Amino acid sequence: MSILVYTESENGKFKKNALEVASYAKAVADQMAASVTAISFNASENESLGTYGVSKVLNVSNDTLKTFNAEAYAKAIAEAAEKEGAKVVVVSSSANSKFLAPILAAKLKAGYVPNVVEAPDSTEPFKVKRTAFSNKGFAHTAIKTDIKIVGVSTNAFGLKEDQTDASVADFSPELKEDDFSVESVEVDKVAGKVSIADAEIVVSGGRGLKGPENWEMIEELADVLGAATACSKPVSDMGWRPHAEHVGQTGKPVAANLYLAIGISGAIQHLAGVSASKTKVVINNDPEAPFFKAADYGIVGDAFEVVPKLTEKLKEFKAENE
Amino acid sequence: MKILVCISSVPDTTSKINFTDGDTKFDTSGVQFVINPNDEFGLTRAMWFKEKQGAAVHIATVGEAGVEPTMRKALAIGADEGIRVNAVPTDGYFVAGQLAEIVKKGEYDLVIGGRESIDYNGGMVPGILASMLGMNFVNTCIGLEIEGDKATAIREIDGGKETVKADLPLVIGGQKGLVEESDLKIPNMRGIMMARKKALNVVDPVDATQATEDVSFDKPAPKGQVKMVESVDELVDLLHNEAKVI
Repeated sequence: MSILVYTESENGKFKKNALEVASYAKAVADQMAASVTAISFNASENESLGTYGVSKVLNVSNDTLKTFNAEAYAKAIAEAAEKEGAKVVVVSSSANSKFLAPILAAKLKAGYVPNVVEAPDSTEPFKVKRTAFSNKGFAHTAIKTDIKIVGVSTNAFGLKEDQTDASVADFSPELKEDDFSVESVEVDKVAGKVSIADAEIVVSGGRGLKGPENWEMIEELADVLGAATACSKPVSDMGWRPHAEHVGQTGKPVAANLYLAIGISGAIQHLAGVSASKTKVVINNDPEAPFFKAADYGIVGDAFEVVPKLTEKLKEFKAENE
Repeated sequence: MKILVCISSVPDTTSKINFTDGDTKFDTSGVQFVINPNDEFGLTRAMWFKEKQGAAVHIATVGEAGVEPTMRKALAIGADEGIRVNAVPTDGYFVAGQLAEIVKKGEYDLVIGGRESIDYNGGMVPGILASMLGMNFVNTCIGLEIEGDKATAIREIDGGKETVKADLPLVIGGQKGLVEESDLKIPNMRGIMMARKKALNVVDPVDATQATEDVSFDKPAPKGQVKMVESVDELVDLLHNEAKVI
């Protein structure tokens, strides 16, 4: 029996979440006395997955799958799951994984649980802990179907090395024209920028920054930290920053290791979106800002004074520690 | 064009979350229920299609009688009629199974669901529904135009956006961006009065798989006191040596 993990890649290179879901799949496999098979799409360096406990990689080399297509990817993963007799399929919580997982669930007649934060509570019954109520609670959810699909929250499980020899085999799923009936016309991504979903550190700005012209200092701080930039809802509503940067209940969820909130007072909807982050730092000139109650570290001060100082200090810190 | 908007009735975003019955059930006492925000963006987009291009807009909800005030609000916003499947929405698979029956019977061209509900956050109903019916599906949809039976949708992806084309019938998982928040419709008195007369049909559930079960709930551990720091030197030291995040 195997645990199948879908490992995402970009331009042939595995994304960090691929290694995290491989680590998670290995933990499940250990609990179930099974092995881990990965499915990758047009990836190079497939053997490197062995570092995270993967013993077999099915690599799909297919030019029609160079651009993500939820239906076609789900079909290929379903075929791999059936071929391998996989009882559990592990995916990430990226936008693409959350797009394909429900399709995959229907194809495999499998129960799907997203936002999972820990290795299974138990495997018989198969029960996992996940966030619910926009991070205001956790649910312990049992999956009752024969095949189970688990979506792992970003940065929740982490990377766990478990060196294994990974064999690599070509895999050619049977795809038809119909599988491409949703056709990608254009992908518009900011090259070289860390996305909120992938980021370990997120630097986020709010209304306290007074205008879009002041975002340069947020970007500079993010650059030093290798972080993604984000913003509060009013900021995206006013068009200072794109909606894609809006974090919160109706924006993007952030599960970073470090979340820096600058000039954000901390509305309940914003806090719900960021509460899965491990360490939260708040910089605000209002000592009564509700965000301080949810933060780990706080500085009361003017962002226009504190942020440039912090950036300089971090530059020095990096120079000393690299 | 015939549009079905799937509406989830969820606790208001500011609700306190508590559990009862030995932490096995969500405590609804004192909780105000509203249209799921992601569904509300979809409903407003559906009203836009109705006004600009002509469309019949129906809404559907899986839930017991307590969800009807939320449905009436959606009717007051302008939906033409509602369908309530009289069942407890146990999980995403079960809800998708119920909605699939409604879509099959109603022969809808476009089905709009929210990216996820803000209560159970499953985010799976539109995708499973589309797959059950063999319909095209676009998730995290932040833009949608329809000409004849062709749709052009923009979806949010990690680090950017993607434009896709697909034929109708189509299911989308929508979110903020489908319309701007400032364009969300608020029911006016006339709408509220008219909604009282609109059909809200109650149907019995069909047999459908329940694939998952929430066995118990808990809340995050209480947060420790915030550590206020005086200088950036101290902050960098704490982030490195105490929190170990840099």
